[in-house]
Amino acid sequence: MSAAAYSRLRAVAFRVAQSIPVVLGVVVISFLLTRALPGDPAAYFAGAAADAASIQEVREALGLDKPLLQQFLLYVTDLAHGDLGQSISSGRPVAVDLVSRLPASLELTLTALVLSCGLAIPLGILAATRPGSWVDHLCRVLVTAGVSLPTFFTGILLIYIFYYLLGVAPSPLGRLDFIYLAPDHVTGFYLIDAALTGDWETWRGAAKQLILPSTTLALFTLAPIARMTRAAMLTALSSDFIRTARAAGLSRGTVLYAYAFRNALLPVVTTLGMVFSFALGANVLVEKVFAWPGIGSYAVEALVVSDYAAVQGFVLAMALLFVALNLVIDLLYSVIDPRFGFAAK
Amino acid sequence: MTDIPVKLTRTSGTLDHLIYVLRANPVTLLAFAMFAMIVLSAVFGPALVPYDPLQTDAKNALQAPSWAHWFGTDNVGRDVFSRVIVATRLDLAISVAAVALSFVLGSVLGATAGYWGGWLDIVLNRLLDTIMAFPLFVLAMGIVAALGNTIENIIYATAIINVPFYARLVRAEVNIRRNAGFVQAAKLTGNSDIRVLAMHIFPNALPPMMVQVSLNLGWAILNAAGLSFIGLGVRPPTPEWGIMVAEGANFIVSGEWWLAVFPGLWLMIAVFTFNLLGDGLRDIVDPRKRT
Amino acid sequence: MLSVKNLAVSFQTRRGTVEAVRGISFDLAKGEILGIVGESGSGKSVTSYALMRILDAGGRIKAGEATYSGIDLRRVAERDMGDIRGREISMIFQNPRAALNPIRKVGHQIEDVLRRHARATRHDARAKAIKALEDVRINDAEARYDAYPFELSGGMCQRVVCAIALACDPRLLIADEPTTGLDITTQQAVMELVRDLIRARNMSSILITHDLGLAAQYCDRIMVMKDGLIVEQGDPARIFSDPQHSYTRKLVDATPRMGEGIRSLLPPEERKAELPHQVHDRPLLEVSNLTKTFKGMAGPVHAVRGISFSIRQGQSVGLVGESGCGKSTTSEILVRLMDATSGDIIFDGQDIAGIPAQGFARNPRRAEIQMVFQDATDSLNPRHTARQAIGEPLRRLGALRAAPLAARIEELATLVGLPLPLLDRFPHQLSGGQKARVGIARAVALEPKFLILDEPTAALDVSIQAVVLNLLVDLRAKLGMTYLFVSHDLHVVALLCDHVIVMRAGEIVEQGPVTRVMTDPQNAYTKALLAAAPKPPARRQLA
Repeated sequence: MSAAAYSRLRAVAFRVAQSIPVVLGVVVISFLLTRALPGDPAAYFAGAAADAASIQEVREALGLDKPLLQQFLLYVTDLAHGDLGQSISSGRPVAVDLVSRLPASLELTLTALVLSCGLAIPLGILAATRPGSWVDHLCRVLVTAGVSLPTFFTGILLIYIFYYLLGVAPSPLGRLDFIYLAPDHVTGFYLIDAALTGDWETWRGAAKQLILPSTTLALFTLAPIARMTRAAMLTALSSDFIRTARAAGLSRGTVLYAYAFRNALLPVVTTLGMVFSFALGANVLVEKVFAWPGIGSYAVEALVVSDYAAVQGFVLAMALLFVALNLVIDLLYSVIDPRFGFAAK
Repeated sequence: MTDIPVKLTRTSGTLDHLIYVLRANPVTLLAFAMFAMIVLSAVFGPALVPYDPLQTDAKNALQAPSWAHWFGTDNVGRDVFSRVIVATRLDLAISVAAVALSFVLGSVLGATAGYWGGWLDIVLNRLLDTIMAFPLFVLAMGIVAALGNTIENIIYATAIINVPFYARLVRAEVNIRRNAGFVQAAKLTGNSDIRVLAMHIFPNALPPMMVQVSLNLGWAILNAAGLSFIGLGVRPPTPEWGIMVAEGANFIVSGEWWLAVFPGLWLMIAVFTFNLLGDGLRDIVDPRKRT
Repeated sequence: MLSVKNLAVSFQTRRGTVEAVRGISFDLAKGEILGIVGESGSGKSVTSYALMRILDAGGRIKAGEATYSGIDLRRVAERDMGDIRGREISMIFQNPRAALNPIRKVGHQIEDVLRRHARATRHDARAKAIKALEDVRINDAEARYDAYPFELSGGMCQRVVCAIALACDPRLLIADEPTTGLDITTQQAVMELVRDLIRARNMSSILITHDLGLAAQYCDRIMVMKDGLIVEQGDPARIFSDPQHSYTRKLVDATPRMGEGIRSLLPPEERKAELPHQVHDRPLLEVSNLTKTFKGMAGPVHAVRGISFSIRQGQSVGLVGESGCGKSTTSEILVRLMDATSGDIIFDGQDIAGIPAQGFARNPRRAEIQMVFQDATDSLNPRHTARQAIGEPLRRLGALRAAPLAARIEELATLVGLPLPLLDRFPHQLSGGQKARVGIARAVALEPKFLILDEPTAALDVSIQAVVLNLLVDLRAKLGMTYLFVSHDLHVVALLCDHVIVMRAGEIVEQGPVTRVMTDPQNAYTKALLAAAPKPPARRQLA
């Protein structure tokens, strides 16, 4: 057993080490995206309103007059110091802007994911255990419709229905209505911060603002999770070991959850990585629709005014966040699958 | 005797199977009908629409849907219906071009890596891992922002973020068949490696590829529309679904819903069609399910 | 104890209703071991699933009744059925590794059953599970309790499946092909374990198998099923010595046994005289010091460790061993699909070991060495018709086109007994035996000098195996080919080979003329292999 535990540990360490070349690749690509621009990168970074002198200043500051390899080293050194450059629109370092806006994005994305997992996984299980029933058909329709919904369109539709027609939702402008004060900054998550200070009125206000955008995002991520859960459950339920369990007289609950579902969870967890990728991308659109002050809308605003340092800083930050999330997912996988590190070549 | 009767039996078998599947699955039939409609409006739409999609008419601005303007008019009085139909060609062209690019690139890379393995496989996997390490829509944003805000760059960006799906799929499909009995048998009958790959393995990997193509077309349309929604790629006043939704969004809170809803609905229908088609194709192209 | 009357089971499929079991009746006495024998699709497994009420989706008991100790198994409530399964009636399955939950410790899987049937509490479950593992003769049961199925061998997994099935002392055990896919020595160990446990606990049992010989060895009574019906039942010795039904006769004939010729596998009316094949003195193939080492996760894996043998022209040599012995690697190297790590292969006077496998497709020798693959389904391109498959070597290596090609394909189809109308079918439209014929026609299309047969009948039912083996014997005589017959089954090898090589763990442990090896094996492993094979009872004497 200790040998098995050792090789598991080795596999986990190997997985962690595997993210190093990925991070390196991400840095190289984002360097290429910032420096290999057609035309004069310095002009892009200096912004549309810059004159020749300030362009030259930017060129020297970024080291754009040096050879490419040296530029890359400079870029990496800057990154290591957390320097993503200056945003021309806000006038502050991009890193500072991103850090201050990140909690808003994370709060939205995570709420949406919790919502969609909470709905999609039971739905997928129900559909798989009753193939051909109305739950199954509902699941199929939802899944196909769900992946066809453009998030920005769903958001607008929800605003029209719940804000304009029914008037039950607050105006779709940001995280908190102006009548509330933002809670003291602890985690940056309004729901958590408000709960920590016991300010339940603000908590309700923040939750109200959060409902529509997180529902929009959840509707989008619902489909892949439900589809995968259904497929994985069907595969698991038709496995030989389920027949063994049934032949041994195990109760329906044990067969479904302890045997089938735990096995079905493995492919579902693997898809979560892809779902995160979609969610982080869709996040940008949802933030724009709901004027959500996260890093997505920051990037969109920066795009409009051609603030390149801000856009590329955002791309890099999102990639690093995603690499970290994938690592967490794989480590989670290693916890549920005892074969982790053995089945691999 | 000769090849001709063989071909005849094969095509009629395929046709029978097609009819069988379509009859058994009316949803697929619906998907095919919708697909035909989309293709028709992409081809003939610009010639058939009642109004010039770019013609402004200040007197008739923000008209609700009526018999004269089926989908209403926008804030400068352009006919929303005409714009929605005309936009089909552009949106479809972007996604078809992007998917074709990624299909070819992904197939070549994936097939080579899956068949020969070795360092080629390792390098490709690293590259794909790096692309996949970005949230894909965000990477597309970064690419378009860096390369410049044009329609071609939207196509390239969409193609790049789609390549990993094809490459991985083909790699997996080729890899599981690399040592299959029929592949070894093909080698014994004198096929070189490239012939084995092209004539024996790749055709067997095509069915899942076609399903992927169909699903991806929908996804590519969503991506392109999403990019133009945030102001990348297509520029106003060019009719395009994403931009139209973005422009219409400003009028939603004041109740002029038709500006955003109709282009959004059309976009949704197009994506929905490709997704349905993908599921339907799965049944049709799989030779093992053919009776 | 168990009484089944007119049981009928049907399945709802996409292509309509399939009658899997069409009204069967039988009784099972206390302490009796009943064998249900049939080929694939005979409804034998479905019968057992119906008794347990664990039919797959779409399946349902259409008619009849099954009474177990006065309980009506068809009508009893699902909740009570759950109490019966595992406590009164248990089952063990084929493919034991898949039959266990891959991500749950085997000990916990046994505990689940014990706790479900209130045979253990939280406190003593562990001890009782370990006891159950000891009962199925698992060494070091304490440590195995914490193992996952992937850490155990196939035979070990089957013991765990037995432990789960027997944990709650059921009174009836249904064993559904319990040894299919296991090596022959493991098969014997598992079967003896199961029999001893059944006898010791005075249980009844139903053994479902495709192997008439196996059933005869372990059962008190045999029931032969075909197409959902029982065609014959009776005492094993009687079934063999005096089969009544024509299908039973066919099965009895097709079961290989020692000391009989290959024609005896066929029904008497089809036994033509065996054409003699000529063995020359000249060696066709000489292998010396052949080795193959793979790179593995945990260091190098020595698949073949320096083997030497020679095959004379016209000779048929059997290569026998259990899974992992290196026989498949050896045949892949010889057919030049894989490169050896070291060693020589002199084929027809030329050393072909040095020619890389990658470019061998264009070597003039390519047409001379061919192979028939283990799994006929897997070895045919699913998108090519039988005609295309057989035509492939003729087009690529024989440079035949148009009319001569078509004529040659039809000639080959006739040679292997494939009806011409089937030539335009795709593999999924052909039966197992037909696919095997297509594979053989393709391999012999260019009349190779040397043909490797890699377990060509392993995936086939015995009656079809009998036909295919006889076809191979005929082809050998007609085309003067030299065979290397790779198999796990010494009895099958003995039927058509002159010489046999026994491999174990990458080495040759024994080789010699077939009759000598079969009657007087020198090596302990060869002896064990021979002893482990089921011995069917004597069969009726032909007049």
